Amino acid sequence: MLASDDDILREAEKWRRAGKGVALATVVETWGSAPRPVGSHLVIDEEGNFLGSVSGGCVEGAVVTEALDVIGETRPRMLEFGVADETAWQVGLSCGGRIKVYVEPVN
Amino acid sequence: MQLDILAALNRSRRERRAAVLVTDMESGAQRLVEPEAIGVDPLGPVLAERLAQGRSGLVEADGRSYFLSIHVPPVRLVVTGAVHISQALAPMARLADIDVTIIDPRTAFATPERFPDVRLLPEWPDEALARAPLDRYTAFVALTHDPKIDDPALTAALRSDCFYIGALGSRKTHAKRLDRLREAGFGETDVARIHAPIGLNIGAVSPAEIAVAILGEIVATLRRERAERKRAA
Repeated sequence: MLASDDDILREAEKWRRAGKGVALATVVETWGSAPRPVGSHLVIDEEGNFLGSVSGGCVEGAVVTEALDVIGETRPRMLEFGVADETAWQVGLSCGGRIKVYVEPVN
Repeated sequence: MQLDILAALNRSRRERRAAVLVTDMESGAQRLVEPEAIGVDPLGPVLAERLAQGRSGLVEADGRSYFLSIHVPPVRLVVTGAVHISQALAPMARLADIDVTIIDPRTAFATPERFPDVRLLPEWPDEALARAPLDRYTAFVALTHDPKIDDPALTAALRSDCFYIGALGSRKTHAKRLDRLREAGFGETDVARIHAPIGLNIGAVSPAEIAVAILGEIVATLRRERAERKRAA
C-alpha cells in the first residue's frame, strides 16, 4: 500500500514522540514535468528510515542525506534538483523537470 | 516544524477539518490557520483562495515568501449495498486513497468475509448517516437496487453538500426513483445532482468494470470541480 499524507504526517508525529530525531521534507515548487506535486512530503528519522516521496524515487537518497544533517539543527534548508544541476547524473530528475524541496527539523 | 503544530495539523486531519500551514521561507516561522481564522489572518484572501482550490504553493506578500501547505480532508466514499460491484469498488477506491464505508442492513451481505478491511455498517442508512453525516469531501453511491435501502440514503445525500451522488439502475428504474424523490419534496436542481446511469460511459459490463466507471466518474467530478475553481480564481 502506498503511504498517504495522513500516514506520513502521523508517522512524523509518532517518531518524534518516541524521542527520535525527525525531519520533514516538502516539495514547495516544481517546474516542468515534476513527478510529485507541490505539497508532497517525505519524513525521515535519525537512522535514515523514511516514508513518503518527493520525486518518485529520483532524489530521495539525496534528500535523506541532507535531512540527517538538518535533524538536531534549528535551521531549515532549501534543496533544488533538476537536470541543470551539476550532479544531474547522480541525483537529477530524469523527466527533465526541476523541484525545490524544503527540509525542516521537527522539534 | 514544532511538534505542537504537527500535532494540531494531525488532529485537524483526523477530524476531517481543513487547515492551512503557513511557513515563512526565510525565518522558518510557522502557523496553522483553520478555516474560521482565515478572516483575521494577515494573508486571509490568498489563504481563502488557495483553500478553495486545494492547491499548495509559494506566495509572495510584503516582500516575503511564504509556503502555503493546504490540507483538505481525504476524500471519502460511502456506498449503500454490500453487493458485487462494491466488492470491486472498495479495494479500487482504497488504492486511489479514498476512504470507503459500506452501509447495508442485510447482514447476510455485509460480512467481513466478503469485505475484508472495509468499514462495514450493517444497519439502515438513515440511522448510519444521521450519526456520521456526509460532508463536502464525500462521494455517495447507491448500489442496492432496493428503494427501501437506497431512497433514505439518497434523501440524506441530497440534503448534504457531498460532492458526488450516483445511483445504480436502468433509465426506467431511475425515472421511478426520481418520481419518488420529487414526491418527497425535492426539486429539479436537487435530483439533477444524481449521476444516473451511474459511472463514465466506457461500456462497462462486469461488476469490476462498472466499479472502474464509477470510480472514474468520482475522480472526474472531484478534480474538475477543483480545476474549475482554480480557473475561476
